[in-house]
Amino acid sequence: MIKRIPVALLIFWLAAVLIGGVFGLHGNGIDLNAILATPSAQHWLGADDLGRDILARILKGVEISFSVAVLTTLVTMTIGVLIGLLAGFYGGKVDLILMQITDIFLAFPGMLLAIAFAAVLGPGMTNLMIALCIAGWVSYARLTRGQTLSLRNRQHVQAAESLGASVPRLLIKHILPLLGSILIVEATYSLASIMIAEASLSFLGLGIQAPNASWGAMLRDGVRYMLVAPHYVLIVGLSLMSLILAINLLGDQLRDKLDVRGLENA
Amino acid sequence: MVKRIVSFCIVIFGVLLLTFLLIHLVPGDPVEVMLGESASTADRMQLREDLGLNQPLYQQFGSYIAKLAHGDLGQSIHTKIPIIELIKTRYPATLKLAALSLIIGLVIGIPLGIYAALKANHWQDFVVTIISVRFSAMPAFWLGPMLMLVFAVWLGWLPVSGMESNSSIILPAVTLGFGLSAILTRMTRTSLLEALNEDFIRTARAKGLSEKTVIIRHALRAALLPIITIVGLQTGSLLAGTVITETIFSWDGIGRLLVESIEKRDYPVTQACVLVVALSYVLVNLCTDILYRFADPRVKFSHD
Repeated sequence: MIKRIPVALLIFWLAAVLIGGVFGLHGNGIDLNAILATPSAQHWLGADDLGRDILARILKGVEISFSVAVLTTLVTMTIGVLIGLLAGFYGGKVDLILMQITDIFLAFPGMLLAIAFAAVLGPGMTNLMIALCIAGWVSYARLTRGQTLSLRNRQHVQAAESLGASVPRLLIKHILPLLGSILIVEATYSLASIMIAEASLSFLGLGIQAPNASWGAMLRDGVRYMLVAPHYVLIVGLSLMSLILAINLLGDQLRDKLDVRGLENA
Repeated sequence: MVKRIVSFCIVIFGVLLLTFLLIHLVPGDPVEVMLGESASTADRMQLREDLGLNQPLYQQFGSYIAKLAHGDLGQSIHTKIPIIELIKTRYPATLKLAALSLIIGLVIGIPLGIYAALKANHWQDFVVTIISVRFSAMPAFWLGPMLMLVFAVWLGWLPVSGMESNSSIILPAVTLGFGLSAILTRMTRTSLLEALNEDFIRTARAKGLSEKTVIIRHALRAALLPIITIVGLQTGSLLAGTVITETIFSWDGIGRLLVESIEKRDYPVTQACVLVVALSYVLVNLCTDILYRFADPRVKFSHD
């Protein structure tokens, strides 16, 4: 029963977003009579500093945040896996150069690189995603490279090679499929961490811009009005926690199910 | 060892290059973005000259490095204050915050980890593990406002933000230290459990040593190495984590300086802050590496 909680929570969020979409909740409607209103029949979770419905904005925020996370994960995974495959497969100088570049990116503590790039590129959704991609591909590259190094010497790969299979064929048909489960688990965790990164950047005013809803920006506004309307920051905070926890728990379950080891502290 | 130093130098060079290039990634003309459209042509020319933007790229990089070597990070576009002065006034506040959160992380994390390991597979261990695993995933911009809400707004025990009173540091330090303590709890638990299964522990017990001596003198000592590594790695992230935490609590450190400079589009300051934080991170990691190899003679430099 307990095991179903993360999936149930995610389904709940998905359903809420879909239902919100069906009912045409967009969260940008300003109601000056409801500024910082507490939860009521009209505004189930209260209203923010412009009288916008918090529930509607949270749902819109999930939608935006989730699409940013999915897109960014896809892009970072593609770039990272490609680099990792090449480094691990060819070894030698290629590996040395690619890994040295990876090390340079790793020399920046996690969020700092994303903050720096988001800062110079300017705010907005596209720039936000570019910044997140620049900071995010490294972990995939490392992971894939390590796996590829050992997979490359497996018998089936060497057999295929001796039969004259081309490099792209070896990589795609013989090595990549074996990386599937480890990449799925990594991608699940990175969905959560990208959502956190997106919210962090929006919290700093570098991410998604008004009037679009974003959890990070909502939390920042919540902090600003904490003294007069503590429910605002509390509701946004609790929602964010439930979603992040659900995704991470799902990651743990996938890891156990797919029997992927060595990702515990990744 | 030589290989490590070479690789370290390349990383430092890469960090310098990447931060140098930051300003060139500004879409369009960085001078226009920084000064705004209303600036006069003379001002623009002046800034372009000051920043050396009218030289070829490699020359700019060369003079950037040369200036750095003299401790010259340029000056703020708006206030004209040398950036090195800004960093000198702001960095100590960040170090103070990071040091206190490190202490909080150690003081909570290690004893809790030992406790969980000694109670392994009992409910106490289960509770500690659940809390540490789940909450280490919660970001600072979530934990900070939540702590602020409970301890400053509702209970009124601590100041909401700022740096005026001595107790102002507590909430930001807890926000930063909490994640570290969760990670340390897990790490201490795992490595202590591993150490307790070793032969020398059985020997120590067979000799008739008290359980306390066995754990503190023998097991914990062997469990210390992975803990050192984690502390080192996390100290670096702590420095980066200050960006968000300082912004939440209006703590005037280098993280807040970074955010302020971004808001004012004062890119030379942004660039300098990124560089200082990244270099601190690299240095802390290098020190950890050396300390680690020093603490455990079995790990040889040549192994990687």
